[in-house]
Amino acid sequence: MGAKQTRSAQKYQDLTDKTGFSPEQIKNLHKRFQQLSDNEETISRENLEKIPALANNPIRKQIIDAFFDKRNQHQNEVGAFQEIGFEQFLMVMSHFRPPTLKTTEEEREAMRKEKLRFLFNMHDTDNDGTITLEEYRKVVEELLSKSGAIGLEAAKAIADAAMLEVASTNVPHMAPDDFYEGITFEHFEQILKGLEMESRMHIRFLDVDTMTMRCGKSKS
Amino acid sequence: MRNFNIRGESVRDVVSGSNETWIRPARSTQEDPHDHHGNSTEHKKAFPVLAFNFEHVRKPFEISMWILLALLMKLGFHIIPRISHVVPESCLLIVVGLLVGGTIKAVEGTNAPVLDSKLFFLYLLPPIILDAGYFLPIRPFTENLGTILVFAVLGTLWNVFFIGGTMFAVCQIDGAGLADVDLLSCLLFGSIISAVDPVAVLAVFEEIHINELLHILVFGESLLNDAVTVVLYHLFKEFSHEGSVSVGDALLGVVCFFVVSLGGILVGFIYGILGAFTSRFTSHTRVIEPLFVFLYSYMAYLSAEVFHLSGIMSLIACGVIMRPYVEANISHKSYTTVKYFLKMWSSVSETLIFIFLGVSTVAGPHDWNWTFVVFTVFLCLVSRVLGVIGLTSIINKFRIVKLTKKDQFIVAYGGLRGAIAFSLGFLLTDSKMKHMFLTAIITVIFFTVFVQGMTIRPLVELLAVKRKKESKGSINEEIHTQFLDHLLTGIEDVCGHYGHHHWKDKLNRFNKKYVKKWLIAGERSTEPQLISFYNKLELKQAMMLVESGSTSKLPSVMSSVSMQNIQPREPPRRRAMPSISKSREEEIRKLLRANLQNTRQRLRSYSRHDLMIDPFEDNVSEVHLRKQRVEMGRRMSHYLTVPANRQEAPPVRKVGFQPEHQVFTYDDAESPRSAEMKPRSAAVRLLNELPQRSDQSDAEPNAKQDDQEDQLKLSRGLSDPGPNQEQKES
Repeated sequence: MGAKQTRSAQKYQDLTDKTGFSPEQIKNLHKRFQQLSDNEETISRENLEKIPALANNPIRKQIIDAFFDKRNQHQNEVGAFQEIGFEQFLMVMSHFRPPTLKTTEEEREAMRKEKLRFLFNMHDTDNDGTITLEEYRKVVEELLSKSGAIGLEAAKAIADAAMLEVASTNVPHMAPDDFYEGITFEHFEQILKGLEMESRMHIRFLDVDTMTMRCGKSKS
Repeated sequence: MRNFNIRGESVRDVVSGSNETWIRPARSTQEDPHDHHGNSTEHKKAFPVLAFNFEHVRKPFEISMWILLALLMKLGFHIIPRISHVVPESCLLIVVGLLVGGTIKAVEGTNAPVLDSKLFFLYLLPPIILDAGYFLPIRPFTENLGTILVFAVLGTLWNVFFIGGTMFAVCQIDGAGLADVDLLSCLLFGSIISAVDPVAVLAVFEEIHINELLHILVFGESLLNDAVTVVLYHLFKEFSHEGSVSVGDALLGVVCFFVVSLGGILVGFIYGILGAFTSRFTSHTRVIEPLFVFLYSYMAYLSAEVFHLSGIMSLIACGVIMRPYVEANISHKSYTTVKYFLKMWSSVSETLIFIFLGVSTVAGPHDWNWTFVVFTVFLCLVSRVLGVIGLTSIINKFRIVKLTKKDQFIVAYGGLRGAIAFSLGFLLTDSKMKHMFLTAIITVIFFTVFVQGMTIRPLVELLAVKRKKESKGSINEEIHTQFLDHLLTGIEDVCGHYGHHHWKDKLNRFNKKYVKKWLIAGERSTEPQLISFYNKLELKQAMMLVESGSTSKLPSVMSSVSMQNIQPREPPRRRAMPSISKSREEEIRKLLRANLQNTRQRLRSYSRHDLMIDPFEDNVSEVHLRKQRVEMGRRMSHYLTVPANRQEAPPVRKVGFQPEHQVFTYDDAESPRSAEMKPRSAAVRLLNELPQRSDQSDAEPNAKQDDQEDQLKLSRGLSDPGPNQEQKES
């Protein structure tokens, strides 16, 4: 029993180093992982699709895909997994960590880039490094997918307007025959600069200093 | 006979004698025969051409004079730019009040008007609070609600007891002459002086443009501490007569707090729902729509005050609940009216409040006690700083975005006191203590408004506190805000964690499914937020375009990028016209004709029924049309050198006169691409409608080269409308 403890402690330590979570948080997430996977080693898409609360989410498919996207594992691979293990699960979750008081300015910048990269990957489904008009239209359509016919018609117009905005802010002077291929990552960063991703894109559950974490509950 | 003054010496009884007897039969008969005689034999009194009767209009006259004075002062400050940059407006207004009060006192003795509490609480305060509540930025408010509540409730409680307790200790010092001030009175004083004042905060913070988080923290606190203030004030006032407070009473006080705050919110909520529901049916009486907003809110405030509930919280709740539904229902003009009236009233109120503060300072009976006043000011500062630091250390354990030391400093420094404290003090029963309290309150108010108000701006710059970022309403940001909401909700669900986003999402879905159907008229009830945002943005841009329409430059927002740069490139298809439906084509044709016709009359008739623009913005279609006209006019004048004229002659005849402009003929344009002729012909026909004077020789070389390009570009404009047009057509 003692040996098992140290082995799992060791494993947790590795994960802590890799993902930045504290051992407590990793333990909690592990418990959830077991729940989702029916106590198996890996989870597949079906496991995630079974979550009832996700049914109402208009971008459900994109969220589930993001878990299985190899690009989010920071190992310079592309493609998609069929099943993921706990470590990959944690890697995806690590994108939602908040900054702390001790985070330096550079670390914040890096964090923001990482989170924006995650979002970019969600939009850029064919992985060509740009978000084309078609892909962006799809994003807006999915967002409005729960809104019926009004949504679909307006989606096209909204996506067009958004694309126009990106193009105008980033490449203000285009000749009439130039063609704006798509939103690159730099343009994406530029256009979402005002949102301060590092402060907005986080889950409270993963907050390191939360007092409720010590109670071991999964609510905060 | 309009004068109802029954004064003996009035000379305005036009019909004298006999009338007098008729109206006042009880008058002594002695005069009657005299007058009778006088009536018949003497016509001495001439008909008064000009008379002076001030009493008749005294009250409204005075009120108007005061308001006019206040506004003229406000005007004056902004004309002198240097002062308004250094000194916040509130300070200047108080100084004006002091001057006015001094003048009145010198002229009339002690007849200076004082800031009557009833006037303040019933007439001057509600517009400011309603303006604040209606335009409260909901997202930052709800995100920081926990922090705001902690500051408002716990912070104010701490302030009250610290100041009250310490002042009592101070009063025990021999030689200060304060021995008769007992504990309860001190606590009462503490409860009056502790609350951060929304009017003062608004007045000062409006001008420094601080970042959203700090603004909402201080401002939210100033709004929500009203409940605490009300309860404590009434509690201590009641018991200062009795002389002691038992534990039972203290418990009752706690219960009272919950009743006051939740009750106030409930009252506001009910009126808000009523207001939203009423606005659903106002589509035929647009003119009175703004009144519903104002009256329901005011009723909410008054109803809450009836039961001694927190009127401010009621007003805020009413405004917040009502707003999303009312805005979906009322017309654009009504919305503008509501906005401007609220701003106007709150501005006037604020100005009047500060001026009256100054006047009351001169007028009120004062009792200056050095110890008391100095200690009050000192303790207010100390307790505020301690309170903020202490509470922040607790709050930061629960916050994701922690409050830094700079933030804490601004929150502490922004705790300004204002007219509410003064009015509450004024309501106390008259006594020597009351005068002393009032003096101290006024000193604290002056100190916070003048010293803190004036120095906060340089301090903010010195500490390089983050300022408000000017967001231009980006559609990308809105898309991604929504996207993030759903993403984070989804991740929370994956984690099995029912957090902030989960409940917000549930509330939104409930709202969409049930509430909106009841409270929003017509099809707008199912409109998703992204689309309403997009519509609003388009509207704003259209307005901007219209306003700058006559000048040659487009707003700098536009770059030379247009839809053609973005559409995927498919060369063969590019030249082909995508098929436009009949109705759209008709629309376009009508539109262009209207533009070229350049008659307002046509536009107005189109604005209501003809154009199938977003039917819920009935008055906006005119704007869109104007915008269209401007854009089309610009495009056309770019390509054609002939100015648009008003004639609409059939094309064939026109062309017949100017043989050198053959290129514009119907046939010519038609031949290369006969397949997609129809919409293009509309364009061509309209081009032909432009007058072509025979002396426009330069038109010809343009014509030949530009012809293909023109028609292509124009038709591109038709077939591939920019986002603005498409939105109009969709």
